[in-house]
Amino acid sequence: MSALFRFHGGIHPPEFKALSNGTPIATPPLPARFAVPLSQHLGNPAKACVALGERVLAGQRIGDADGRISAAVHAPTSGVVSAIGPHAVAHPSGLLQDCIVIDSDGLDNWCAPSPLPNWQDAGDDEIRTFLRDMGVVGQGGAVFPTSLKLGVNTLEQLIVNGAECEPFISCDDRLMRERAGEIVDGIRIAAQLMRPRTVLIGIEDNKPEAITAMRAACAGSGFEVVAIPTLYPSGGAKQLIRILTGKKVPHGVRATDMGVQCFNVGTLYSLKRAMMDGEPVISRILTLSGDLARPGNIEARIGTPFAHLLAWAGIQPDSEGVIMGGPMMGFDLPSLEAGVSKASNCLIAKSRALFPPRPPALPCIRCGECASVCPAELQPMDLYWFAKAKDLGRAQEADLFDCIECGACSYVCPSQLPLVDFYKFAKDEIWAAERDKKAADRARMRHDFRQLRLERDKAEKAQRLAARATPAPASSAAPDPDKAAAIRAAMARAAEKKAEDSHAPAKTPLSDDAKRAAIEAAMTRAAANKAARESAVSTAAAPGDEAKRAAIEAAMARAAARKAAQGAAAGAEAGATPVAMPASPSQPKPAIDDAKRAAIEAAMARAAARKAEQGVEVGAASAAMPSQAKPAIDDAKRAAIEAAMARAAAKKAERDAAQKGDN
Amino acid sequence: MSGFLTALAIMAALAILLGAILGFASVRFRVEADPLVDKIDAILPQTQCGQCSFPGCRPYAEAIAGGEADINQCPPGGEDGIRKLAELLGVDFKPFDEGAIEVKPKSVALIDETTCIGCTLCIQACPVDAIVGAAKQMHTIIASECTGCELCLPPCPVDCIQMVPVGTTVANWKWSYPVIPIKAVKA
Repeated sequence: MSALFRFHGGIHPPEFKALSNGTPIATPPLPARFAVPLSQHLGNPAKACVALGERVLAGQRIGDADGRISAAVHAPTSGVVSAIGPHAVAHPSGLLQDCIVIDSDGLDNWCAPSPLPNWQDAGDDEIRTFLRDMGVVGQGGAVFPTSLKLGVNTLEQLIVNGAECEPFISCDDRLMRERAGEIVDGIRIAAQLMRPRTVLIGIEDNKPEAITAMRAACAGSGFEVVAIPTLYPSGGAKQLIRILTGKKVPHGVRATDMGVQCFNVGTLYSLKRAMMDGEPVISRILTLSGDLARPGNIEARIGTPFAHLLAWAGIQPDSEGVIMGGPMMGFDLPSLEAGVSKASNCLIAKSRALFPPRPPALPCIRCGECASVCPAELQPMDLYWFAKAKDLGRAQEADLFDCIECGACSYVCPSQLPLVDFYKFAKDEIWAAERDKKAADRARMRHDFRQLRLERDKAEKAQRLAARATPAPASSAAPDPDKAAAIRAAMARAAEKKAEDSHAPAKTPLSDDAKRAAIEAAMTRAAANKAARESAVSTAAAPGDEAKRAAIEAAMARAAARKAAQGAAAGAEAGATPVAMPASPSQPKPAIDDAKRAAIEAAMARAAARKAEQGVEVGAASAAMPSQAKPAIDDAKRAAIEAAMARAAAKKAERDAAQKGDN
Repeated sequence: MSGFLTALAIMAALAILLGAILGFASVRFRVEADPLVDKIDAILPQTQCGQCSFPGCRPYAEAIAGGEADINQCPPGGEDGIRKLAELLGVDFKPFDEGAIEVKPKSVALIDETTCIGCTLCIQACPVDAIVGAAKQMHTIIASECTGCELCLPPCPVDCIQMVPVGTTVANWKWSYPVIPIKAVKA
């Protein structure tokens, strides 16, 4: 028996364990409906891998692990998946979270077990994947995926946590008394994987039966069962490591880095069930205590609604709410419709006798009592001041995140201050600020990259243009006189048409955009003319099939142009409509919005017109006979004209709207 | 007299020597960027929304550092942001101008994908490249990267983008500030 150490502080709250630890683990009847949360562990929620209405068997995987820090979830019984979506979960917020709801068929048929028989020879990765897919997570409270803890294989001490220090809870006690053999098998597996020099099993000395049972099961194995003095919170990982090994795990260092790893007895039990029996984690031992007719421990299937279990245990009519977890660290359940999760170790029905209302809080009198009981050796009164003043930076500097929220300070506070509530508040605020900061940093990075990309694209474009401009004079030193003439003629025609067709813009100078569009359209027409001429020359010798195909293509080009023209016309109409609606002169905002919308629609019309021109260019280039190409050009012209009209209408609408806005 | 001259000479020599060291240091250890701009930029929420009338957070940070802009022009940063800026710059807290801005809850944009015509205008407007899509293809928003700047709303020709407030989930839920009820006691 090695010498024991003492951690700082600690308290002796009344235990209330006798309420529930006297009867063997019972198995309540299965409910008709289960709600299995997809997030029962630290890290990413599992991804549902069953469909609505699918029949599932007990032990069948219904949610796959998502990413490294995650674990799978399994069907607790056979039945039909009746819902996948938000459902009440055991969380202090009362918010809904994704669950898979299974309607039991009452048969409780199991799927074939899939153990890992040759685990001794299996590689680390294989074991990790296996445990992740079996949904094995830490059952001590943090529900950290066990697969991630088994990777270390140079360990000095493996600590098995059977302390169970919190009042009321006796699930580990009953488990050790009744299933010590299986726990020890689990320890063997963990010890084989991690090769620790010593294995220490820490059990508080208020559980003599559990100590006896574990000692008997460990006989000859070399594992040492250590009875530790009852002192809350000796079941905290850092505190138990301190008691058994004397090592203090400093701030920011993991126990693994100091050659210690800690497992809860419940975790090792489920580890054994998964590895040797091929049974995924679909049940856990749960203490029902408090204001109940039949308190005790049960083996509860995951997903069983709390209301079902409490009704079975005979919840008293005078009970006032239910706590999940212990009275020190647990929280009030906002909804009893939530299902049992892998973290649910205890349900306590509150009564006025067991949980008298906390007297009203008084000002802190700076007695320092909290500091003397703090197991993390913090200064709770300082943390309280900082959190109360929302001075989060200084709270963090005072090692707020080393607080394990054990509640010892709140328990001893003579002023009845809800100290832990302040720490929880401060921690969440800091986490939220951290999240915001990360998001801001990412946004900054993305914005900077975008700026860089735009600059780069601009530079590349300029380079391309420069490259194209340099060789041009050499090849086309003498400009095509025909082409130039055609362009001039087309421009003149276009200008004429515009003057005729659009009465309103005749008085006002054409906008730059309209001018540019007209020039572009004329240029396209000229190019088409030229292409048609050229192709006429080249295909003059080959009539027949070629000509037919060209005719078809030209017809298609015409159709495309017409369609585009229609689109442009529709855009113009839509552009005119919002202005026709009376805009209230007292509200300048909608008028501006209208103007904006009109501008957008004008832009769309322009785009459509440009598209039509492009279509014509392509069509005309492939057209063989000039006579066929001509109507296509006419269509293009019409499209361009119509686009210009749409623009003009939009411009006018904009002006009108602006005037109204001014009024 | 000679003692006086010696002292003067020593002091002069020291002054020249130290001046040379300082001059060298100012050239050798020159700080290129203005560290104050970086510090201000770190406080700004990086929504890049332009509500401060500057084209992005960094230009606003530069304007603040240059004394051209007030510290109360960033609605997404909220009053908390103003407080942090005031602390950094050693000036008094200045609330938002009355009616100048409305502080909205954090939202992300959502594209109605049945209405989207694939015009890419919103993609060009997004300051953080949080919209994916291509011409004539449906666009969608990467919600985790969206800063809620609303810059994609005006360019949309079919008004298919709306802002959806980010609700509270189990992942971002926070314990609220503990409220201690106070009971009136008879004197």
